[in-house]
Amino acid sequence: MALIEAKNVKMYFPVQRGFIDSLFKGETTFVRAIDDVSLQIEKGETLGLAGESGSGKTTMGRLCVRLLKPTEGQIIYDGEDIADIRGKELRLLRRRLQFTFQDPTSSLNPRLSVGKAIADALKFQKLGTPAERKEKAEEVLEKVGLSPASSFYDRLPHQLSGGQKQRVVFGRAIIMDPEFVVTDEPVAMVDVSIKAQLLELMLDLKKDLDLTYLFISHDLATARHVCDRIAIMYLGRVIELGDRNQVYENPLHPYTVGLIGAIPVPDPKARRSEAIPPGEIPSPIDPPSGCRFHPRCPKCMEKCKTEDPEFREVETGHSVACHLF
Amino acid sequence: MTLRSYVTSRVLLMIPMVMLLLTLVFVILRIIPGDPALLHFEKGVDPVVLAEFRTRLGLDKPILEQYFDYLWGIFHGDFGISMQDYQPISTHLFGRFPATLELSIYSILFAVLLGLALGVKASKNYDTTTDHSIRLFSIVTYAIPVFFLGMVLQFIFSIWLGWLPTGRRFPGRYTPPPTITGLYTIDSILAGDLFSLVTSVTYLILPTITLGTILCGIFIRFTRTNMLETLRMDFVIAAQARGLSNGTVTYRYALRNAFLPILTMIGIQFAALLAGAILTETTFSWPGLGTYLVARISRRDYTAIQGTVVFFGVLVSMLTLFVDILYAYLDPRIRL
Amino acid sequence: MTNALRIQDLTVEYKTRRGVARAVDRIRLSLEENRTLGLAGESGCGKSTLGRAIMRLVPYPGQIADGNIYINIDEDIPCKEGDIPKGEVDITELNEEQMRVLRGKEIAYIFQDPMTSLNPMLTIGSHFVQMIRAHDPEIEKEEALDRGKEVLEGLGILPERVTDYPHQFSGGMRQRVMIGLGLVLRPRLLISDEPTTSLDVIVEAQILEQMAELKKKFNLTMILITHNLGVLAQTADDIAIMYCGRLVELASVENVFEAPQHPYAQALLLSVPDVTKPDKKLVWIPGAPPDLVDPIPGCMFNPRCPMAMDICKTQVPPLIESETGGLVACHLYGGK
Repeated sequence: MALIEAKNVKMYFPVQRGFIDSLFKGETTFVRAIDDVSLQIEKGETLGLAGESGSGKTTMGRLCVRLLKPTEGQIIYDGEDIADIRGKELRLLRRRLQFTFQDPTSSLNPRLSVGKAIADALKFQKLGTPAERKEKAEEVLEKVGLSPASSFYDRLPHQLSGGQKQRVVFGRAIIMDPEFVVTDEPVAMVDVSIKAQLLELMLDLKKDLDLTYLFISHDLATARHVCDRIAIMYLGRVIELGDRNQVYENPLHPYTVGLIGAIPVPDPKARRSEAIPPGEIPSPIDPPSGCRFHPRCPKCMEKCKTEDPEFREVETGHSVACHLF
Repeated sequence: MTLRSYVTSRVLLMIPMVMLLLTLVFVILRIIPGDPALLHFEKGVDPVVLAEFRTRLGLDKPILEQYFDYLWGIFHGDFGISMQDYQPISTHLFGRFPATLELSIYSILFAVLLGLALGVKASKNYDTTTDHSIRLFSIVTYAIPVFFLGMVLQFIFSIWLGWLPTGRRFPGRYTPPPTITGLYTIDSILAGDLFSLVTSVTYLILPTITLGTILCGIFIRFTRTNMLETLRMDFVIAAQARGLSNGTVTYRYALRNAFLPILTMIGIQFAALLAGAILTETTFSWPGLGTYLVARISRRDYTAIQGTVVFFGVLVSMLTLFVDILYAYLDPRIRL
Repeated sequence: MTNALRIQDLTVEYKTRRGVARAVDRIRLSLEENRTLGLAGESGCGKSTLGRAIMRLVPYPGQIADGNIYINIDEDIPCKEGDIPKGEVDITELNEEQMRVLRGKEIAYIFQDPMTSLNPMLTIGSHFVQMIRAHDPEIEKEEALDRGKEVLEGLGILPERVTDYPHQFSGGMRQRVMIGLGLVLRPRLLISDEPTTSLDVIVEAQILEQMAELKKKFNLTMILITHNLGVLAQTADDIAIMYCGRLVELASVENVFEAPQHPYAQALLLSVPDVTKPDKKLVWIPGAPPDLVDPIPGCMFNPRCPMAMDICKTQVPPLIESETGGLVACHLYGGK
């Protein structure tokens, strides 16, 4: 059974306008960050959410843990629709759903010791006494590899390296024993020589704590090493979803083909074979008609310009939104 | 958003702001202290005199009616009647405002030019003796009281060296240039009167330097900080890497970008300057609004105080509006 | 083949509060004409500082402490403060004005973040006009603008967009503008510092392809600074790997990827995720690089090196020729 399921979720952000414009021009324009996405995340898996900036992947991640309230649609967690819950219910839900932000430096308070930063997560949830919280935080520090915990507890973020800060961010996410963690570009800011170490830590934590991950990344090479399944997003839509081998070995959507083909391979003999799609991702305020990729698509047909392709399964576990299939 | 709709919305938003200001001034000066008429006179005044006084100033009407009369008047440029001489306050205000304006304009010009020059110099020589001396100077300037600096300058240049007048705006034995703008320097140029121009400038020098120096400290610091930040930005380094000359990089790339926040600061300071010229004007017996306000306060002329404060308030909000619009116009990212 | 660039014992130091940090430590390398040198390494290894040193634009508080940088110039370049003769020129000996003339004309530099490397207050066209006229004031504004339009058109940007401001362009477009500005004066050497790091993969691939075409078209010699080894594999001819300010390995791109010599280079390559090899076991390098303010004796990599020997802790390994024909600085390969 799916742990989290998004059903026809939409997230529209109103475009900031002047005071006068909003008074006299009736219609508000929207950034369609997420436009009708349905997605299932199975318990225990790592689902990769990949795409370029502006594809809506971070917004989708925030919706899944209800950091944002969807404009439309349902988010079903554990059999219950959490799209509209508020107040205490939402606060309790936060214990089970966690989100880690991309930049560890800006997501940690520079004046708060990292031990406290982790322990405070419990304080906000009104859990435990100060002593218990400290004990638990030290336990977590050990768990994320900042050992001995007592020597790290009182350090301030600037006294840690980038990789260590990222560990603190993981620690803060797992202290509540959550079930589901959304990690937004967790290794984008660290050097390549320690990337693998952090990825392994993530997988160890997953095993130990029985976690389910939504792994948001623009780096498809890294995603391939970490994820079980991969969803490719383009302009507020999921356009392809499948088992990682299906998506990487046999990409169906022309966008996915271009995206994977564009990744620079660390091997001078492996020259790029696929043509790179021309142009750039258009504005989500006024997305193209029909298939949103059609203006850049090398295989564009007449139909693609007018008809929105349906997202359907073309082989077991492999779905795509493209008129070619 | 277009510039036009931006301007319109700013102007519309100014209306409730000014209304609030007018109401606050009315409440503070009329209601909170009690009966202004009683406050104006010494104890034991003849009740007949008091009643007549009230009628003439309209203080016998119900408070709401007074309030609406007051608003109505202001929208017609009528700031009420002085308790002191029963003259319309607007006559005083408009008569004295050019003096304050003239002094303020030259002072702010002096302060901004000096501030920009020294601020840029300090930032280009970051962490050197030049930088440290300029910073020290800027701290000293805004720690020093206006009247003290004024008196020192008066002592040196007027009393000791005898080069410049100690105070006032124009010598009493001569007639000032015919009033067109009310600013003596401009009026003498318009009238082609060289003598008046030179005279008015000699009278302006000391107060301008005094006020300008006090103000320039903040511009030095602000320019320096903003320039340091901008000089480190990629586009400035990129401009250097393209072989642009030092001057172009400093002024057209760095200062031009650093200037936007400085512009806001100029607006705020200029507004404060108009209203805060009191001490300088008193020190140099400058016949502006500052000295007027001081004189009326000492005579407990509530209506005049009210009129002056309101006048300043409206002026300051208009100035802020002007600066905001200028900012939006200058920044292409807002301009669109 | 002549060398377009030759660097000898270049040392760049940053004077910080905690002490002196040597960001570039006695680097020696030469670059043949028409080749692309990839400069690789992790954050803080000094690769960007090295690139900036070649422009003589080391960010404050850094300065070139020692060494020489020679570039090859194929014609005499006139300059107000001393003409620069053709042939090999040591740019560390030039005065500021001579250096300014070379920047943009002989050596161009492209920065990492296209969002911040253009002046937000100027149109794209003004960027071109100012750059072209900085190097040749005789050129009319219109002519300079036309040259800018021509370059932009070659990069796939509509020429009429010269009147637009930077914020009206996407990141990829801005980086194309930067490349256009870099190439408009036909420099011989182009240094690009992480030119595609902040861009998405598809735009990255588009831009790298364009850069490769332009390199051919304009006979450019290139230095590509990046931490992304995938990008280097696809674009560089030679790769230099830096660690803690020192050059640890320099070889052709094939040899670096197939037979890396230095243990750091080996470990670095094993840590890179490869989309075509899902079963590659990613490794990591334990520990962290030493503090540059308080450097360790011997080889900087020794505490993290799986093959460290006693000699590594005391003696700095010299840069010697490796078995694959490149250069390597490691005691494992001594004695040849």
